[in-house]
Amino acid sequence: MQRQVALIKQSLFDQGYLDDQFMELEELQDDANPNFVEEVATLYFKDSARLINNIDQALERGSFDFNRLDSYMHQFKGSSTSIGASKVKTECTMFREYCRAGNTEGCLRTFQQLKKEHATLRKKLEHYFQLARQAGPKETARRPK
Amino acid sequence: MEKGFTPVGLRVLVVDDDPTWLKILEKMLKKCSYEVTTCGLAREALRLLRERKDGYDIVISDVNMPDMDGFKLLEHVGLELDLPVIMMSVDGETSRVMKGVQHGACDYLLKPIRMKELKIIWQHVLRKKLQEVKDIEGSCCYEGGADWIIRNDEAHFLGGGEDVSFGKRRKDFDFEKKLLQDESDPSSSKKARVVWSFELHQKFVNAVNQIGCDHKAGPKKILDLMNVPWLTRENVASHLQKYRLYLSRLEKGKELKCYSGGAKNIDSPPKDADLNSGHQSPGKSSYAFSVGSSLLHKATETDPKPLASASVSDPNSDVHMPPKAKKTRIGFDPPLSSTAFDSLLPWNDVPDPLESKPPILYENNFLQPSQSSYVSNSAPSLMEEEMKLSYETPAGGTCVNADEFLKSPTVTLQDLDLSAPSAISCMKLQEFSSNVTNSTESILRSLSWEFPESHHSGSLDTDLDFSWLQGEHFLANTGLQNFQFQDYSSSTSLLSELPPHLWFGNERLPDPDEYSLLVDQGLFIS
Repeated sequence: MQRQVALIKQSLFDQGYLDDQFMELEELQDDANPNFVEEVATLYFKDSARLINNIDQALERGSFDFNRLDSYMHQFKGSSTSIGASKVKTECTMFREYCRAGNTEGCLRTFQQLKKEHATLRKKLEHYFQLARQAGPKETARRPK
Repeated sequence: MEKGFTPVGLRVLVVDDDPTWLKILEKMLKKCSYEVTTCGLAREALRLLRERKDGYDIVISDVNMPDMDGFKLLEHVGLELDLPVIMMSVDGETSRVMKGVQHGACDYLLKPIRMKELKIIWQHVLRKKLQEVKDIEGSCCYEGGADWIIRNDEAHFLGGGEDVSFGKRRKDFDFEKKLLQDESDPSSSKKARVVWSFELHQKFVNAVNQIGCDHKAGPKKILDLMNVPWLTRENVASHLQKYRLYLSRLEKGKELKCYSGGAKNIDSPPKDADLNSGHQSPGKSSYAFSVGSSLLHKATETDPKPLASASVSDPNSDVHMPPKAKKTRIGFDPPLSSTAFDSLLPWNDVPDPLESKPPILYENNFLQPSQSSYVSNSAPSLMEEEMKLSYETPAGGTCVNADEFLKSPTVTLQDLDLSAPSAISCMKLQEFSSNVTNSTESILRSLSWEFPESHHSGSLDTDLDFSWLQGEHFLANTGLQNFQFQDYSSSTSLLSELPPHLWFGNERLPDPDEYSLLVDQGLFIS
């Protein structure tokens, strides 16, 4: 079980879903906050869902206010760096590039991709945390190799 | 996790609209043993800051926030409160960073932020404090170099106006070699600086007044009028500059109240008594000693904002000694006799060792060499005595007289008895060497901060090399037990809530034995 958890985590890193920041968060986890990482992740997903919604609405409105979109995305990117959501972050950067270029289509496309990555990460992390909780606290704190 | 030194209890206000980051930063800062307050809105942050003007030591804020631009917040904080502000953003674009710098940010961190970056934020606090003192201090020409040494047996020379021995300029003076023991750092040989004693400054002021409008008064003329053989034009020039700064600051509408002179005149050079008793008394000893302006040398590294004008504010304002020194007051040395110890605000109410936040008073008193501003006050009774000294200087109002001008920056760190048996906080104020990096280093050295692990924390800036650690006493002979950073201005935040123990990464304090050694040596500023 524990090994399984470790493997899952390792794969998340290997596949580029997560970066160093996630490890930093794990380092912060301690007895005072034994579920720190999970709490942070939960918070992130809650907040980012809200941001995604904002962007969705802005895009749906059709009025492509690039400045506004860029601003949203900046927020989103900042948020995504908090848990080390690597792929999501990449999409954010791309989106902002398109915004700056005024490329509507690029924005839309990237945004779809971003949502996908976001959803994938969410699922994976949920699964990971679930297992980790079952496996026991020690495992989660261990660094992947 | 990498261990390093961080001052325990540094009060940080974190402002970020991103709840995830807020949570993470809170945790990270707590891990640094800082005291964290989080805030999701800029306006809320401002409100908090204004409510408790001295309630925070540093602000960390995100650049992009919905209700107010981070830069705006930065401006407000800088102007109103003169706190160091660190900006954060996921965006590292040069233009943004520059904007931050221009608005006065102490630093600009990129997200994701690392622990090691947070561990060193206290340096900004210190730097800022030092710069403020430096700005305000003016006259004491501690432009580097260990200019004044306060020792039991040599205290007098800091003290009197006729302490010209120190005034011998350009005398190469290796304080460490003289005063320190083997631990001295030979590399920091300092030059003797002119010590602007009260009398000397009085001569200066007289000369200036004689010439007339001080703007027309040139250093050469002043020098001639002063007729002090060993004084050079350069000395006068730099003193003049500071004097002018001081004047302009006074004119800035600060109310010129009576300065509560923090100077404690301890008539009979109590040094011995103080020092010795100081270290001997268990528990709360507060020693105040003034720090030369040279202490604040890190000016070059501080943020560009002219703190001086804004913050330093009035040395005048808040000059009074509250019995409970929770806040720093500006200690102005009233025209004192040349007793070696002018106590800079002894504001040390002997704190309850268990008190969580003994005030760390950062005092900006001009260092008066004559007033060595060293008050070593170990015994509570002594403290009281100091406290009793009236701080009201006669010089209220706009008159700028020598005594007002000469304020010894006092750096008194209220000694908190930390867990260790020794009450002495082993803060030694170290004089600064001429170069900037050394000065901060030396200040920090003088603060016998303990490092949790090693004195060379990997996370520290290299220029702050705390090689001093218990066990090493390069400041061995300092008698500065208490090191208070007192904020002379009401608007400036103090490191006030940083009692000595806070500055310790861990609880351990040097042994009392070490202290006694140091104490006996007197205050050493290298």
